[in-house]
Amino acid sequence: MSRLNLKLRLGLAVLAALMASNLLAPALSPFPPLEQRLEEGLNPPSLSHPLGQDKFGRDVLSRLLHGARVSLLIGLSTALVSLLIGALLGAAAAYLGGWADELLTRVIDVLLAFPGILLALALMAILGPSLNNVILALCAVGWVGYARLARGQVLSLREREFVLAARAAGAGLGRVVVVHLLPNLLAPLLVEATFGVGSAIVAEAGLSFLGFGVQPPTPSWGAMLNQGRQFLLVAPHLTTFPGLAILVVVLGFNFLGDGLRDRLDPRLTRSRVN
Amino acid sequence: MSRYLLRRLAWLVPTCLGVVSLIFLLRPLIPGDPVDFILGESAQAADREALRRAFHLDEPLARQYLLFLEGLARGDLGVSIHSRRPVARLILERYPATLKLTLASILIALVLALPLGVLSAVRRESALDHTAMAGALLGAAMPNFWLGPLLILLFAVQLGWLPVSGAGSPAHLVLPALTLGTSLAAILTRMVRSSLLEVIGQEYMTTARAKGLSEGVVICKHGLRNALIPVITLLGLQFGALLAGSIITETIFAWPGLGRLTVTAIQARDFPLLQGCLLTISLSYVLINLLTDLAYAAADPRIRLNRGGR
Repeated sequence: MSRLNLKLRLGLAVLAALMASNLLAPALSPFPPLEQRLEEGLNPPSLSHPLGQDKFGRDVLSRLLHGARVSLLIGLSTALVSLLIGALLGAAAAYLGGWADELLTRVIDVLLAFPGILLALALMAILGPSLNNVILALCAVGWVGYARLARGQVLSLREREFVLAARAAGAGLGRVVVVHLLPNLLAPLLVEATFGVGSAIVAEAGLSFLGFGVQPPTPSWGAMLNQGRQFLLVAPHLTTFPGLAILVVVLGFNFLGDGLRDRLDPRLTRSRVN
Repeated sequence: MSRYLLRRLAWLVPTCLGVVSLIFLLRPLIPGDPVDFILGESAQAADREALRRAFHLDEPLARQYLLFLEGLARGDLGVSIHSRRPVARLILERYPATLKLTLASILIALVLALPLGVLSAVRRESALDHTAMAGALLGAAMPNFWLGPLLILLFAVQLGWLPVSGAGSPAHLVLPALTLGTSLAAILTRMVRSSLLEVIGQEYMTTARAKGLSEGVVICKHGLRNALIPVITLLGLQFGALLAGSIITETIFAWPGLGRLTVTAIQARDFPLLQGCLLTISLSYVLINLLTDLAYAAADPRIRLNRGGR
């Protein structure tokens, strides 16, 4: 149990650090993230600039801290919106059955035939690069996983005795959904959403890395990596630190998801082999 | 098996039609006049007219869709706006490179994951197991757009062992395949380990040991064979992730494949080329999933007997 708690603790620590840098970025940043000092361009890490400076002489640490805001905003809002849309559609389709379920299953199958980032990339190409469009494109791809999960859960839950008993006792659709189905759905959806935040952060960084995500001068970890790639030989710190930030955050959310799953579903803990 | 095959093939038709429809529907999503979007507002009248004709933009949407399907049925994916060459030809030129990269990354993933996964399972809770699992955790979380530049920095710049980018020799393939294959290797290592741990305590394994077979034969012949079934499925499912990952990997290493062609199409707003790339990648994914399902069904008779039309 202590190992499971460790995962949860590690995940929560990363989330707390991310939240803190999100809220305190202006106070923690040694320099304004957009302040240029062209004569100091590509300077390596030093006492005044612990993570170095980019080609415009901007402070990498300040940009990373402000970039955390973009990452967290995109990660959380994508996961939340996708969760709401997916859970609602999946649960409704499974509960209603018939053509509604058939239609949703077909739509899910078609959307799953696209590698997620590819469809997001195509949507970004059409909608144009901006922060809102990144969230829109990632939600358009992201809801499918939640819908599939919610559908599967409701299909199994609706035949369970406590739901049948509630219906037999005369509970209406609303009461069955809110009182009996939703609380049982929340745990697996919450776990999925935790992993989803990490995936959305990587997807945003990937889109920005290709130049189709958040646009300069807004600091985004993916865009910072892409800019740093051009100076890989002379200024490797520009590639190293944003990548490290992404890695730590993704690992953190993976730990959080694993820890939550173990905590919320003790059966998994007992039955898991690894 | 033939009934299962027929059902599975029949299911392919609506899925492919759905994919094609979705790709077609991207065009009406373009805000404003698609001609402005593709050619820019300052384009010449003759070019604008030619594009309208090529896309049948003056026709109603339903007719545009039918004409799009008709073109696809003839293998006509249109003409690239940028290079003025048939899209199908451009894709055929680039597809082998992506396939080569994807297969090489699968090979690297298997070469890394099989021994690591087996050793981790056999020596559970050992230092090797912990190291392999920590490596797998890192590998799965490491984005390929970071790993690629790091590998270039180490193997191409510092050590000078491998070329920085480009294509032409087998050495050019190593770094892109390693970049693309690392996260798959990480996922596979965990999968091989947990699958093997599940079968390791089964009665037929004990029987094999009781017959006097060596531990190596028991693990490889009896254990791994059964443990590999879910691994095959995972490989099929991960193929889509590899194709998607190739977009970034090919961009980093200037690898002349379909992924880079897709990025070029987006940058140049070459819509017919983009549609062609999307179609090729997603249909490849659908086809690989079908083959995975069939391989799975061939390996495990319970699947074809239990599962319905899906």
